[in-house]
Amino acid sequence: MRRYWRSLRRFWGTAFATQLEYQANVVIELVAVALSLSGSLLLLSLFFGPGRALGGWTWHQALVVQGFYTVFDGMATTWLRPNLGSIVTHVREGTLDFVLLKPIDSQFWLSLRTLAPAGLPEMVLGMGLAAWGAHQSGVVLTAAMAITVVAMLMVAALILYSLWFLIAATSIWFVKTWNATEVLRALLASGRYPLEAYPAPLRVLFTLVLPVAFLTTVPAEVVLGKASTPLLATGVGLAAVFFTAARSFWIFALRHYTSASS
Amino acid sequence: MRVFGLNGRIIRALLGSQYATMLEYRAEIALWALSGLLPFIMLSLWSGSAARADLGLDGAALDRYFLSAFLVRQFSVVWVVYAFEEDALLGRLSPYLLQPLHPLWRYVAAHLGEQLTRLPFAVAIAAAFFVIQPQAFWIPSIGDVLLAWAATWMAFAIAFLLQSLIAALCFWSEKASALERLLFIPFLFLSGLLAPLTAFPPATRHAVQWTPFPYLIDFPARLLAGESVNLAAGFGAQLAWVLLLLPVVLWLWRAGVRRYSAMGA
Repeated sequence: MRRYWRSLRRFWGTAFATQLEYQANVVIELVAVALSLSGSLLLLSLFFGPGRALGGWTWHQALVVQGFYTVFDGMATTWLRPNLGSIVTHVREGTLDFVLLKPIDSQFWLSLRTLAPAGLPEMVLGMGLAAWGAHQSGVVLTAAMAITVVAMLMVAALILYSLWFLIAATSIWFVKTWNATEVLRALLASGRYPLEAYPAPLRVLFTLVLPVAFLTTVPAEVVLGKASTPLLATGVGLAAVFFTAARSFWIFALRHYTSASS
Repeated sequence: MRVFGLNGRIIRALLGSQYATMLEYRAEIALWALSGLLPFIMLSLWSGSAARADLGLDGAALDRYFLSAFLVRQFSVVWVVYAFEEDALLGRLSPYLLQPLHPLWRYVAAHLGEQLTRLPFAVAIAAAFFVIQPQAFWIPSIGDVLLAWAATWMAFAIAFLLQSLIAALCFWSEKASALERLLFIPFLFLSGLLAPLTAFPPATRHAVQWTPFPYLIDFPARLLAGESVNLAAGFGAQLAWVLLLLPVVLWLWRAGVRRYSAMGA
């Protein structure tokens, strides 16, 4: 266990050191985050007007959803895309062999090898937006609620990671489909808006098949005091199912791995 | 005789070879087509929302608008900056520059080959949409289809020139593709892909008209959906953007090539 912890510190230390080599990119990244957030807010504002709601959510309540979406978008930039995106490259170039030979769990190595700090400002901004939206909706923060929100955000992160990893792991068979995760990202964009704004069939899809609802709508419902206990339990259960699926799928995939050019 | 360095034989060879290459990547291209489903997600949001009344697109017109936006996007996707950056970094650009043909033509041919490969997948997605939403089914008139086709080509030309502008900056910086994001974000929100332009407040709408973005999706999509549009203004603006961008791109390209010294040299 201590070995994993030490490796992790080294991984992230070197990742940050590498990123410091590209300082001009930081400016571009900050401008992009600002543009992207103002675009999202403009788009969201189109759905509202005097006395209008989106699926029963007011403007400030919808901001909480938008804020959590921004947090997860930042998380994908910082953690998921740089790590899981390189699985395909490892498979194609045969460097996965080196990963498998290391005396450390391969899923751990592939999932946590690097970090891109570029997404961090987005995560901070998203948290700020969610907090402001909650404040404007008249929410008073209590300790119990804070713990539940953090727990639900971790459940959401686990679901997102497992989904992403499942798709990235299929590259063991289909080497060329490096953009499969782009389809996932396009569908995740539906999490920008409260689940209730979608028609019923899509709501079922976004809750059970592709649980976008648990990423943004459910944590926002916890903040606004609208969440029911069975729903939270479903979220925890889904996270466990998805993570177990990702783990066993990886072990299954490795049995079919034959290295490049063999 | 060669016009802009092209003749019939060169065009056939370029298009044929690029189409064959793209067919090899059809699984990837199918996934790219699927990743363009965003307009349909937005359609499901708009059709249930109270703000729908302001759009000026009643009943099936909204379905048709977003389906058209999806199709226009499918056939005006541009990725020249990524292809160019890779070619420049790996040194593949050097042999291209020796050929008596402007390297941009090669990328144009690659895009057209990809669009042709994409066609069956886009048709399949449109067919699936009509199965789910049969009331939206319509057969646009031949005139509308031809006009929308021309407008989509013009949209492709503008998008291609805009990205080539950034690609030409690769001659100066190795990471010019990062700048592409700064172009893509306003495109995403202001082009009409996520919300018809009629949804914007009048002041925003007026300002957006002076950017190239609405002519990339909104104008061609409205044509295809059979909405009434100002033909002269739309095509005029598209032509103006092409005429404005083309000399800048060519000039920047020439200045860049003069500076180019191949990677590692």
